[in-house]
Amino acid sequence: MAVIKLTKDNFEAEVMNCDKPVLIDFYADWCGPCRMVAPIVAEIAEEHPEYKICKVNVDEEGALAEKFEVMSIPTLFVIKDGKVADQSVGARPKAQILAMLG
Amino acid sequence: MEKIYDVVVIGGGPAGYTAALYATRAGLDTLVLEKFSAGGQMTETQSIDNYPGFDEGVDGFTLGMKMQAGAERFGAKTVQTEVLSCELSTQPKKIVADSGEILARAVIIATGAGHKHLGVADEEKLVGRGVGYCAACDGMLYRGKTVAVVGGGNSAAADALLLSKICAKVYLIHRRDTMRAEKVYHEPLMKAEGIEFLWNSEVTELIYDKRLSGVKIRNKQSGEESELSLDGLFISIGRSPVTAAFGGQIALDGSGYIIAGEDTKTSIEGVFAAGDVRTKALRQIVTAAADGAVAAHFAEEYIATL
Repeated sequence: MAVIKLTKDNFEAEVMNCDKPVLIDFYADWCGPCRMVAPIVAEIAEEHPEYKICKVNVDEEGALAEKFEVMSIPTLFVIKDGKVADQSVGARPKAQILAMLG
Repeated sequence: MEKIYDVVVIGGGPAGYTAALYATRAGLDTLVLEKFSAGGQMTETQSIDNYPGFDEGVDGFTLGMKMQAGAERFGAKTVQTEVLSCELSTQPKKIVADSGEILARAVIIATGAGHKHLGVADEEKLVGRGVGYCAACDGMLYRGKTVAVVGGGNSAAADALLLSKICAKVYLIHRRDTMRAEKVYHEPLMKAEGIEFLWNSEVTELIYDKRLSGVKIRNKQSGEESELSLDGLFISIGRSPVTAAFGGQIALDGSGYIIAGEDTKTSIEGVFAAGDVRTKALRQIVTAAADGAVAAHFAEEYIATL
């Protein structure tokens, strides 16, 4: 599966009405650590169809960043049944991200 | 039989990938273990202006990718994995990573350093809620806000300058009465609009409700305490070496750096330390790269004796 790019328009449908655990990666193109974590997130999307993997560009989707009170990037959120189940700030190794989802 | 690499390099920053470049060019079968992707601490710098050959500067992420590509061009391999522990005194040496066990004749430790924490209560809890360590990453989220930078070195100076272009107000809190940063930063700092210096000052407490709303500051000379309202606090007080996976096996100095001279040789035969993780006078990308080359040279020499 590819990583789904979230906008304020598809957020509800993709995240809130999803029965799989959802990972959201808040990032920006100019942020080095975000670019470091991006290939890891993409790899998880390819390897784990049991999760839905999404990303939010904080420059383009300020409202979503604000909704999640993102003050630092990258920030990763795990959403289960429409609720925040876990979150972490900063680049994380793959194993840790998978543990958040599991 | 399980594969044994000639050289396993732990860490994919400038030291690690330079070591891999030199090792593969020397004909050694070389594997780099990196927990994220290439670049290490460089990725937090938007424009690197003191690495030779880049006359217009280069962003750290790009430089990291170029260093990786340069090493891989000669056959170095990278596995994205986090090293958890090691058995360094055996031959072959054993590395336990979250992807499994890896064997190596020689090991080059190039794990670098991470951000040093201020050590005030609830600091960790507020990371991402107003407390940050990477102005280049998070600065844009504080557009028009009031922030403070703690520290007096090059990174604190660079952070303050960067933030002054984005934020309404930047306080620079430093425990001494003068910046330790290189001269090249002094004039821009003094000229920058919206930067206010708080000398001889230290942060004693973080004030927050859900997120950071300010800090308590103590003047070290007068002993006077005051409060400062802030939206964000960027901590830039130096680095601490990443050595948890080698604990108890390898000699470290009082600050936790792996003890090794310019030859990068550590207390264990066949184990080399390159870059910021090593005891050294100047921690720069160019000196890390230099260490990588030296470490690969002595790793090659060591492997020849086996």
